[in-house]
Amino acid sequence: MNFETVIGLEVHVELKTNSKIFSPAPVAFGADPNTNTNVIDWGYPGVLPVLNKNVVEFGMKAALALNCEISQHTYFDRKNYFYPDNPKAYQISQDEFPLGHDGWIEIEVEGEKRKIRIERVHIEEDAGKNIHGSEGYSYVDLNRQGTPLIEIVSEADMRSPEEAYAYLEAIRSIIQFTGVSDVKMEEGSMRCDANISLRPYGQEKFGTKTELKNLNSLNFVKKGLAYEQKRQERVLLSGGIIQQETRRYDDATGETILMRVKEGASDYRYFPEPDIPHLEIADEWVESVRASLPELPSKRRERYVNELGLPEYDAMVLTLTKEMSDFFEETLTQGADAKQASNWLMGGVSAYLNSEKLELHETNLTPENLAGMIEIIADGTISSKIAKKVFKELITNGGHAREVVEAKGWVQLSDPSKLLPIINEILDKNAQSVEDFKNGKDRALGFLVGQTMKATKGQANPGVVNKLLQEELNKR
Amino acid sequence: MKEQDIQHVAKLSKLSLSQDDLHQFTSQLTDIVHMVERLNEVDTEGVAVTANVVHDINVMREDVAVKGTDRDLLMTNVPEHEDGFIKVPVIIDNGEAGA
Repeated sequence: MNFETVIGLEVHVELKTNSKIFSPAPVAFGADPNTNTNVIDWGYPGVLPVLNKNVVEFGMKAALALNCEISQHTYFDRKNYFYPDNPKAYQISQDEFPLGHDGWIEIEVEGEKRKIRIERVHIEEDAGKNIHGSEGYSYVDLNRQGTPLIEIVSEADMRSPEEAYAYLEAIRSIIQFTGVSDVKMEEGSMRCDANISLRPYGQEKFGTKTELKNLNSLNFVKKGLAYEQKRQERVLLSGGIIQQETRRYDDATGETILMRVKEGASDYRYFPEPDIPHLEIADEWVESVRASLPELPSKRRERYVNELGLPEYDAMVLTLTKEMSDFFEETLTQGADAKQASNWLMGGVSAYLNSEKLELHETNLTPENLAGMIEIIADGTISSKIAKKVFKELITNGGHAREVVEAKGWVQLSDPSKLLPIINEILDKNAQSVEDFKNGKDRALGFLVGQTMKATKGQANPGVVNKLLQEELNKR
Repeated sequence: MKEQDIQHVAKLSKLSLSQDDLHQFTSQLTDIVHMVERLNEVDTEGVAVTANVVHDINVMREDVAVKGTDRDLLMTNVPEHEDGFIKVPVIIDNGEAGA
């Protein structure tokens, strides 16, 4: 029997506000434990949480960027559960009326575009952090308690781990463009839980799902889902049934491990939060937030393809991060050709960032010096071979391309009066190759070009060398 | 209310109840629920759900950060702490962090 995979994702994104969602304590990473907290975060008796206006605005920004409708009337609910990192024993979240609902984004996998629907986007508070120690103790740091989050819940519209990956990549890119979050999975400012089930092809009813946790990178999401897909298939094919449970992805083994059998949703005993008055969101507020949205990745992609003539693939890769996309646009403003700039950013630059584990702003490459380098390649000052050295120099040490090339003596040799003596010396030394060329062996020419490039340490202009060599050979 | 409902709520609250506790709470909570159920006699046809008794709307503060409360002061109410962390008995479960 063949099964269809059904995947839905819940994504949590930390909002980059100055202060927490319900308390004025600072939102910051890496502070000493329990120093960015106050009595509201600790859930002391008698404290009054007051909503941070920016959280609502940021949440609306994200929801609108994800094509959601904004609820005109909304409020908060208490989600009850007991755990040491949750001091009030409830999380203030939104249950019945999420801030945003009924959105969608477009994803592309292997050239095929699909719309993935978004059920809801709601705002809530994050919990603290629990560090498991030895000797039967855990250590709690409440700095993260009350950090504003949005939770983005997709419909169960994805049909493969690859689609889930593409969805997350798109969400990350869109949210990053809005500027409301850093969306870094490795730092926990974007987190993902995945629901996955299988059903026989043609069956409408969903199968029983399992929920995957501990998916701390885009790759873990893809790998964890692929493992779970296989596991469920094995269970079903052997006549077993899937139990509704929560499983943890183990990066070391690439497997998913049972954590616990799922408590039903009603066990959270949601009820309306009495301390926070309701929100009425007027159309004018929604429209002013909508007007403040920057150009989003999908719009930029369209522009790159239609106005700059870039291939769709280039447009997609360049808009994965706002940083890359902004850098690309600034490089064009500095006069570079779009396709050349795209080739460098997708090629050499991306390879360097990956191998050095750096981000663009952590290097010394700037739109100015990249555009400068593209310019001196185009005007023949340097060969494409030398360009690789110039690039390395610019990205590690910075500087202006033209100045670097002059200082290092890397200017391309195109002047026949300088090249001819070198060429003739090589011809004198390689009588056999000259003979071979005369006898119609074209390979000999390639060898002689190579020798000339070597003698000039790669600085000779290959086109000019080729032309001069042919002329000189014909004279002999 | 059945004893198993009470047992279930106790488990969600990470409480362990003795058999005597269980009997007592079952009977007490049954009485409480019965009392609350009397509200069902009121005709609420056409009345909007009350989700909040405060009639204010859009009560929000500006996004201005204020330094956290002094940690030593907060720790005076913590039974056990170490290196600035609150020390608690380990719970083998992953909680609901961010759920």
